[in-house]
Amino acid sequence: MSRIDELFAQTRGEGRGALIGYLPAGYPTVAESKELLAATVDAGADLVEVGFPYSDPVMDGPTIQAAADTALRNGFRLKDLFEVVESVANRGGRAVVMTYWNPVFHYGVDAFARDLAAAGGLGLITPDLTPDEGSEWIAASDTHGLDRIFLVAPSSSDERIALTTAAASGFVYATAVMGVTGARDTVGAAAQGLVNRTRAHTDLPVGVGLGVRSGDQAAEVSAFADGVIVGSALVTKAGEGTDAVAALTKELAEGVRRPRA
Amino acid sequence: MADTASQSSQHDPDARGHFGDYGGRFLPEALMGALDELAAEYDKAQHDPEFTAEFQRLLSGYAGRPSLLTEAPRFAEHAGGARIFLKREDLNHTGSHKINNVLGQALLTKRMGKKRVIAETGAGQHGVATATACALLDLECVVYMGEVDTERQALNVARMRLLGAEVVPVGTGSRTLKDAINEALRDWVTNVDTTHYLLGTAAGAHPFPVMVRNFHKVIGQEAREQILERTGRLPDAVAACVGGGSNAIGIFHGFLDDADVRLVGLEPGGKGLDSGEHGATLTQGTPGTLHGALSYLLQDDDGQTIEAYSISAGLDYPGVGPEHSHLKDVGRAEYRAVTDDEAMDAFQLLSKTEGIIPAVESAHALAGALQLGRELGPDGLIVVSLSGRGDKDVDTAARYFNLVEGV
Repeated sequence: MSRIDELFAQTRGEGRGALIGYLPAGYPTVAESKELLAATVDAGADLVEVGFPYSDPVMDGPTIQAAADTALRNGFRLKDLFEVVESVANRGGRAVVMTYWNPVFHYGVDAFARDLAAAGGLGLITPDLTPDEGSEWIAASDTHGLDRIFLVAPSSSDERIALTTAAASGFVYATAVMGVTGARDTVGAAAQGLVNRTRAHTDLPVGVGLGVRSGDQAAEVSAFADGVIVGSALVTKAGEGTDAVAALTKELAEGVRRPRA
Repeated sequence: MADTASQSSQHDPDARGHFGDYGGRFLPEALMGALDELAAEYDKAQHDPEFTAEFQRLLSGYAGRPSLLTEAPRFAEHAGGARIFLKREDLNHTGSHKINNVLGQALLTKRMGKKRVIAETGAGQHGVATATACALLDLECVVYMGEVDTERQALNVARMRLLGAEVVPVGTGSRTLKDAINEALRDWVTNVDTTHYLLGTAAGAHPFPVMVRNFHKVIGQEAREQILERTGRLPDAVAACVGGGSNAIGIFHGFLDDADVRLVGLEPGGKGLDSGEHGATLTQGTPGTLHGALSYLLQDDDGQTIEAYSISAGLDYPGVGPEHSHLKDVGRAEYRAVTDDEAMDAFQLLSKTEGIIPAVESAHALAGALQLGRELGPDGLIVVSLSGRGDKDVDTAARYFNLVEGV
């Protein structure tokens, strides 16, 4: 049982969704990103996604694009990623990495998995790698004991959901809407339908991301999903400092703990 | 005329779009359904006589095909005496080869019942061609274009708007073609139900590389027939510029099975390979994923994309189509870099010796032909893909050569 499996066993036992917070490594600087991630861990994020700032983030909206640009301009390098992951682990948090595929491919898939595991990372979320092209990563994640979190989308056919969930471990990342990352006023009605369709194919926990920004939305999503993923809203707060990040994380952590209707 | 869109060949990728080690699909899950639908619809269409007949009708009755093969003897005097023939894609409607692919994909868009088309453009040639096809076939059209390019190619922005397209300047990243593609992909992932992404080059996720190539194969098929008819033999070399590589893959395919014909792709060497300011992906890059495919890529030690540079907006791209990567690795095609200065010299030379102003992109192929001619000697025979006309580049040339007072 992986540490992510244990986490979801615990939150399912508590009758709530897990709070999963995203922040990019190196934003605004490597040192400050460690402090910001520590603040989210301390304030109640059950799992953090450490984002890899990448030159061509096609799945990301303006907020995360701008953060990645800032991190890269401030000198973020790939080796810093492992250091940031290690800082989360040392803080007592659980970290997965969310990254576009080319940096992993270029580093060497097995070497990347090895170094991520050594840094205390628990797995990888791969927005532009589906199981279709994932054989090398699937082998490397098995070798190094990492979870592989693949995405499903409202446009995914049942056939593709079956293929994706069969290859995934840890949890499945359901994108709530068709679109790129970014805070939204409403989380799409498509989200619940997608969670239900996904559960028809797997017992893996299902996390819902894209658009969640408030405690109320977190409560709404937590009512039907195993995990609530918050990215852009936290990144916006990261621009204001650790207090702002901690305050939003607390609000979200309270949201996922509201009694399910 | 040869049947252009319907032949499958031994050069096709595998079922998941791999040309050897390259290609495939590296895009978000949200787009996989649309890519599957596109692949299935394209497969049906290319075996549907009605579709292929309609495509042929537009190529001949609207785009103006077949395009001419023009000998360039005064230009060739500067190429060691070799004979040089130009495949005149510049004479197509909208002034470049881009119209071939655009008409094919616009017809497919109608077939899929989609009403909205998005596209990226660098030099504006693909954007203008897309806006044209959308006007013809009554499709809504949005074109993403880097801000650097909207400045370099302001006339083409006006052209697209005249044709009824919305042009969206892209201010992120390097503000060129690469970032226009990123923005188009973000639009597509949001609007995929109603929208077809009409990708302009033989790159990206499967089925784009094979589909775009097949829509452009007509260039090579015509060129092969024409050169045989004119000279009684096959050329020693075929030269074409390579940014994403669509005109090159189109003309190369006519000669791929002719083992004695050298296929030479000319990449933008910019200010020189040592300067770091270039777009020579195949000569200087390493394998990586960008915009949906595994292919050669300009990237740094961390796998971050390096911004390309070229005087030519249409070649200013850090990636390249996956089939070119395969042809390079198996040794069937060769790729070399041509600097801005070499390309501009060839640009001026063709203008003054033949009365043909080429696109700056195509001038890279012309510069390559001058090199090849000198290497081959007086018995050499070269076909050059003159992929586009240079009207859009007059401003660039005026600055480069100081042709207008006060510019």
